[in-house]
Amino acid sequence: MSSPEPLGENDAERPQEPRRKTSQAPRIGVFVCHCGSNIAGTVDMPKVTEAVEKVPGVVVAKENKYTCSDLGQDEIIKAIKENDVDRVVVAACSPRMHEPTFRSCIKEAGLNPYMLQMVNLREQCSWVHSREKEKATEKAADLVKMGIAKAARLEPLEAREVPVEQSSLVIGGGVAGIQAALDLAQMGFKVYLVESEPSIGGRMAQLDKTFPTGDCAICILAPKMVELSRHPNITLLSYSEVEDVTGFIGNYDVKIRRKARYVVEDKCVGCGECADACPVKVDNKFDMGFGKRKAIYVPFPQAVPLKYTIDRENCIYFKTGKCKSCVKACANEAIDHEMEDEIVDVKVGTIICATGFDIYVPMKRGVYKYWEYQNVITGLELERLLNASGPTGGHLIRPSDGETPRRVAFIQCVGSRNKKIGTDYCSRVCCMYSMKNAQIIKEHEPDTEIAVYYNDIRAFGKGFEELYHRVREEYGIEFIRGRPAKLSENPETNSITIRAEETLLNKITEREFDLIVLSTGLKPSEGSLKIGKILSLSLSPDGFFMEAHPKLRPVDTAVEGIYLAGCAQGPKDIPDSVAQAKAAAASAASIMSGKKVKIEPLTALVDEELCIGCELCVDMCPYGAPEMVESEKGTRARIVEALCHGCGTCVAACPQKAIKANQFTDEQIASEIVSALEGEDGATGEERKASKKAEEA
Amino acid sequence: MEKEADPGEEQSTYDPKIIAFCCNWCSYAGADLAGTTRLQYPTNVRIIRVMCSGRVDPAFVLKAFALGADGVIVAGCHPSDCHYINGNEKTAMRGTFLTEFLEEAGLEPQRFKVEWIAGSEGRKFADVVKRMVDELQVLGPISEEGEQ
Repeated sequence: MSSPEPLGENDAERPQEPRRKTSQAPRIGVFVCHCGSNIAGTVDMPKVTEAVEKVPGVVVAKENKYTCSDLGQDEIIKAIKENDVDRVVVAACSPRMHEPTFRSCIKEAGLNPYMLQMVNLREQCSWVHSREKEKATEKAADLVKMGIAKAARLEPLEAREVPVEQSSLVIGGGVAGIQAALDLAQMGFKVYLVESEPSIGGRMAQLDKTFPTGDCAICILAPKMVELSRHPNITLLSYSEVEDVTGFIGNYDVKIRRKARYVVEDKCVGCGECADACPVKVDNKFDMGFGKRKAIYVPFPQAVPLKYTIDRENCIYFKTGKCKSCVKACANEAIDHEMEDEIVDVKVGTIICATGFDIYVPMKRGVYKYWEYQNVITGLELERLLNASGPTGGHLIRPSDGETPRRVAFIQCVGSRNKKIGTDYCSRVCCMYSMKNAQIIKEHEPDTEIAVYYNDIRAFGKGFEELYHRVREEYGIEFIRGRPAKLSENPETNSITIRAEETLLNKITEREFDLIVLSTGLKPSEGSLKIGKILSLSLSPDGFFMEAHPKLRPVDTAVEGIYLAGCAQGPKDIPDSVAQAKAAAASAASIMSGKKVKIEPLTALVDEELCIGCELCVDMCPYGAPEMVESEKGTRARIVEALCHGCGTCVAACPQKAIKANQFTDEQIASEIVSALEGEDGATGEERKASKKAEEA
Repeated sequence: MEKEADPGEEQSTYDPKIIAFCCNWCSYAGADLAGTTRLQYPTNVRIIRVMCSGRVDPAFVLKAFALGADGVIVAGCHPSDCHYINGNEKTAMRGTFLTEFLEEAGLEPQRFKVEWIAGSEGRKFADVVKRMVDELQVLGPISEEGEQ
């Protein structure tokens, strides 16, 4: 890139004393961190320090209770200055945690920030060997020695600066995506919001009321949806999918597929004449299959954009080549059956991933008979049945006969907290949405008898416990502690008997209900898996996206410039999703407002002297970073730094060893291998065997 | 061959050394997760962090064995989950080559493993290390003829 600004050279407050040149013998400072008792509780720290201070090149070795604290960092800076240290080993936690911290610390002391080697004594030693103190101490000393060996071979590097696109891509148009997009747009950044469904709104648009306050979900969401669609800084790409993302922080190239909706958005006014004319009726996915819609449709009345979409699978024209009733009905000539998918390319600086969640679908042969008994429904199906704009106009019915149920049971933790099916986690919203829905049923039909079968009630949020009290005391909803073991249907009435062990009474009871609601949990959305692969995001054990740090970087991902918002990161309620969306927007803005961003210089470099122009590196690189150039020595490879992601695959493949991976050179890695296999005497296995053989001879 | 007389004695104190090359994004993160969840595994492993498992030159593996490693693990992201698009595909190819090569050189196949360990698979990381240590305990040190 043009005019790279060295990371170590632009700090005005930096001391002006001259630093030693790296060509001299390395002067290594080693700082061993106790991390309170996290490391020191297992590893004998004085022993480790003693073992490493003798290593050639080490000029100072110190222990610290908390190296990352202000005090600890001051000590590093002091030791660097006092001992003329030119490279540093910090043996503490994972480099994934504090590498940036210590880089800026040694930079403050006047060193190049890349003259740092971290040794992972916490996550990869003390925490995993807490019952083997002696061996853990031995391993810790080995690890620090490996770090010293690599540190001795470190080279100063210069971070390059690249300009940042002043635009952001938000993937997912649920409440989290909407909020993040609005915040960024408000700050003056251009936003592209991509939503795979024909309308934004996400899951929140499907809900009736929200807990614990009882606000109508769509009433508080719709104004935000409209604001988004009208915002001059936001381009809304509904019924679209992200196909590919390449590039890096500040400079992402995004390929978006705009699926053909067979209705020209600019011409459609949302009057609905087409849907009235359409002869095809199918289940409405938005209503969880309870209501019907036409083959040309908007998913719900408040849809944004209010543009109709033809469902190709069910449209008669696409099946038979005849019909076109909608075309005849449309006064604006907005319908175009010949429309094709369109690819849109955009360039953005940051990405916010807000791909949401799916509802857990009960098992086909599960004990709760969701697939067998009509009167067993899920929580989200109940939301649609209670919703005033839902298929029944808000009147609760039982699916078998359309009658109003008099006795309703909720079964909690369906698809949550269940190790057998791999959903160990709590979905965090089911306790509260069940209470909220129970209250709404009581408000509609005060005589309804309602029981909630639960394991534990988790009412941890603001106003949650109060709702729990209210539904019990004011609405008389019964809470039964126990997991139902068996459901059986009366074939004549379609009512269902729950057999359960009531653990508080220590007895087995059987009770009949007219309607059973399964409080199904949240799981990662199917679309998010695909997006995760495109963005190279890691998943947590629960299948949701993994944040960069669970406590301190909860909205960042391991990929710089990509942030998480809402349930894509894990189950959460609406306020938490909105809060996270605002945090993600702020994080993205903090990158974009800088105009320029520093890129880690962990790239590859070709030595023209050694290169023979075989082009193997060109074949290896997934990014097209190596290019062949003519020099006076002949055709040679050169790495385009801006394209190089620093994986080092070309380095491993080069038959001439002509390519160097910054911070992971052959020499550096080899030194770690040698050091790891050295014994107490400092000799490797090979050397020991040779001397043994010599002795025998 | 007389010098092989004391393997029994060596066996009892045999503490195999394992070098594990872990990619920064998945396997190293997996090893970190094993730590944060306090899963316990044997101390025999020394992790060397690389950005991508594709960085692991087969020569590193050979060097490790030549210097006395009893086992080597190369760990990367699961197929199609690579942080660098397809670096792990190259790892898989090199792994196949290395496995054949090492077998021909007389090393037991249990001594070299290519493993896919995701950032969420702390448990798997711990299990992979445990399993290799168990297998190496059974095998014992690399025999002299195996080294050539």
